Amino acid sequence: MVKKSFKKGFLDGIPIGLGYLSVSVGFGILAVSKGLSVLSAVIISMTNITSAGQVAGVTVIAAGGTLIEMALTQLVINIRYSLMAISLSQKLDSSFTTPHRLLTSAFITDEVFGVASTGAGTINVKYMYGLVTAPYIGWLAGTFIGAALERVLPASVTAALGIMIYGMFAAIVVPAMKTSRGTVIAVAIAAAVSCAIKYIPALEFISQGFSIIIAAVIASAAAAVLKPVKEEPDEA
Amino acid sequence: MKPEIILYVAVMAGVTYLIRMIPFAAFRKKVKSRFIRSFLAYVPYAVLSAMTIPWVLESTGDALSAGAGFAVAVVLSYKGFSLLTAALSASLAAFVVGLL
Repeated sequence: MVKKSFKKGFLDGIPIGLGYLSVSVGFGILAVSKGLSVLSAVIISMTNITSAGQVAGVTVIAAGGTLIEMALTQLVINIRYSLMAISLSQKLDSSFTTPHRLLTSAFITDEVFGVASTGAGTINVKYMYGLVTAPYIGWLAGTFIGAALERVLPASVTAALGIMIYGMFAAIVVPAMKTSRGTVIAVAIAAAVSCAIKYIPALEFISQGFSIIIAAVIASAAAAVLKPVKEEPDEA
Repeated sequence: MKPEIILYVAVMAGVTYLIRMIPFAAFRKKVKSRFIRSFLAYVPYAVLSAMTIPWVLESTGDALSAGAGFAVAVVLSYKGFSLLTAALSASLAAFVVGLL
């Protein structure tokens, strides 16, 4: 289990890559169905490598939101990566020079972080590059396949595949709710605020991007007050 | 790509990269504030919840098939099935209900 070789990292990354391949098909379909080109969808996946942020970003683009709204949306949704990056930085050995940190940081995702940061000992750069290879390939390939298929597949099939990314969100959130009361609170409040903004006529001027930010900030702050985490951030 | 799309993508990718890169390259200490640690720990789940509810109902163009697909995903997730199984099963359920 020593995390020091490219091969070991690559093998560890294969299950993540297969998961990303299927989920990013859903992103590709979503992006094209919202009016983006296949090329735009692939470039977004190439440069962002994050499901939730990309879905929100495509939503902002489709709604004609402002660049400020785009920046704020990405900041709130992806700020968790800062926490993961801080946590993971404690696990790196001396092979992680600044140039390697600048490059590998772009590939930190929830799953990559989960695999890289768990277990004993440090990791080196070879392992890190190996680990992110399959997820990156899977993410790009799936996006391309989904975006290209959007125009080919029958509408009934693409409509059904459009829900896939939300199925993945459920698979991340629901298991966490079973073990953390604070997560239940955060999820419930976020859903309630999100519904309120969507369905209360007086609030309908709020765009979807800002709705996500407002709901997430209120819900996370409330949960943090009611149920502060006890463990280290990487275990929360 | 239209020029305005390039601007959007540049902002999106730039912000997302800086969020990951700055702490990874520079930060060596742990966050001390318990409130901030807690807040950051809950953010991903709150975001996913707010992105999903109620918007998932519009994901298939038909609230009934979307609701059915999402219900299947929630039940399978609760029972501990993998991300892949939950996502594909949600699609399959939405497809079947969409045919009815």
